[in-house]
Amino acid sequence: MAEHSQTAAELEPEAIEAVEADDEVQGMREISATELKGITESLIFVADEPIDSKSIAKVLRVDQSAVDEAVQSLVEDYAERSGGLHLREIAGGWQISTRAEHHEHVRAYLKSKPSAKLSLASLETLAVIAYKQPVTVPEILEIRGVQSPSAIKTLLDKRLIVAKGRKETVGRPMMYGTSKEFLIQFGLKDLSELPSIEDFQDLAGDLANE
Amino acid sequence: MTDDSQTAKTLQTADPTKAQTSPSISVAGAAPAITPDHETDQLKVTLGEFEGPLDLLLYLIRQDQVNIYDIPVARITEEYLRYLKLMQELDLAVAGDFLVMAAQLVELKSRMLLPRDPLAVEEELEDPRTELVNRLLEHEKFKAAAQMLWSRATVEQAVFTRAEIETDKNNPEVAVGLFDLLTVFQKILARHKEEVLMEIEREEVTMAEMIERLRNMIRSAGELNLVKFFERAGSRRELVVAFLSVLELVRMAEISLVQRETFGEITARVVTPA
Repeated sequence: MAEHSQTAAELEPEAIEAVEADDEVQGMREISATELKGITESLIFVADEPIDSKSIAKVLRVDQSAVDEAVQSLVEDYAERSGGLHLREIAGGWQISTRAEHHEHVRAYLKSKPSAKLSLASLETLAVIAYKQPVTVPEILEIRGVQSPSAIKTLLDKRLIVAKGRKETVGRPMMYGTSKEFLIQFGLKDLSELPSIEDFQDLAGDLANE
Repeated sequence: MTDDSQTAKTLQTADPTKAQTSPSISVAGAAPAITPDHETDQLKVTLGEFEGPLDLLLYLIRQDQVNIYDIPVARITEEYLRYLKLMQELDLAVAGDFLVMAAQLVELKSRMLLPRDPLAVEEELEDPRTELVNRLLEHEKFKAAAQMLWSRATVEQAVFTRAEIETDKNNPEVAVGLFDLLTVFQKILARHKEEVLMEIEREEVTMAEMIERLRNMIRSAGELNLVKFFERAGSRRELVVAFLSVLELVRMAEISLVQRETFGEITARVVTPA
């Protein structure tokens, strides 16, 4: 109790009341490592989108570093267990998902088919946008050698790309970049996880050797 | 004319297998197919996965197995133009981009034919093909990148996350059940009974008219308090028609009904297509 009142005294006067009235919240700040790990896992599980450690720390009112530790420990657990689930970093957050190797059975149960893929034109346009962002329509045309209005519309509809303002040049064309949804759908932590475009040089270079 | 069909046949025999050998997905330069339709005795052209002029050029370069850094411009230009002519001949909508490339190729060809300026500085003696080669290589890189994205997406489609959880966030309003609607209707009916003591004139409002009225009222305001709508009804019969028209519009998914709280007011809204 002595320790408790000392803590309270250090707080802002108006906060003392709140803290004393809500002893449970006070308790939350002293979550044990084991408990924190469990709660962190629960939150990752219920989150609709990949959730980052900062958001978890904010909800639990604990240090982000403590959450980071909890997540790391969870990642090790998942890897060690090698069960049906996977804890991985996607789009700057953490997500629990099934393992890709079980897809046949999961699909059979869900009666789901792989959803419609993007057309070749859309994929190429997406590749140009991903690597050159922010990029304007004329710049995309220059690389693809062909207009891609329907591809851009499809990508916008699927929320894979977003408008990123206008370029301060003649005609002020709209610039496009990839979205968080893009990272999620392509299983990327962040854009730096994309292989360097220069890595594709070798592939392109094959043309010279033929 | 005879000459052109001859060209088509030559093209076809020069490349009879490529169309069949291309796997289900091949990002880099799928072959176009020219197949004779025996019934109509006409040639059918499928452009395969040709997207634009750069793809066609890459295809021609591959087909001829020439070094991309040393493109025989005259030959490739000729082949390119032959394809273009064929496409026009067969009434394919040839995109303007193809014509632009044709013009650039012809210009390149003529520049190659010109003798080099003997007085030019060394740096200016750049190969006129360099720009085109760089564009082709750049294009090829992005085709490879597209292939990479495709495989990533395929892997990612094999990974599942849990189904959506129903929370207040994604379901902010309590959906309205038929009984809620009936309760409201009954209340109004009861109130109506008290108010209207005698019906003097029999007003005939048809279902279609009532649906139209409801539609207009919702459209103009964006949403409509159903109680208010029902109260406008002049007779018991009109009230019934009004009620039925609400049900009808809900059935046709033109409107949706929401109730912010249990036993609260019911509001009708236009359904915006997702």
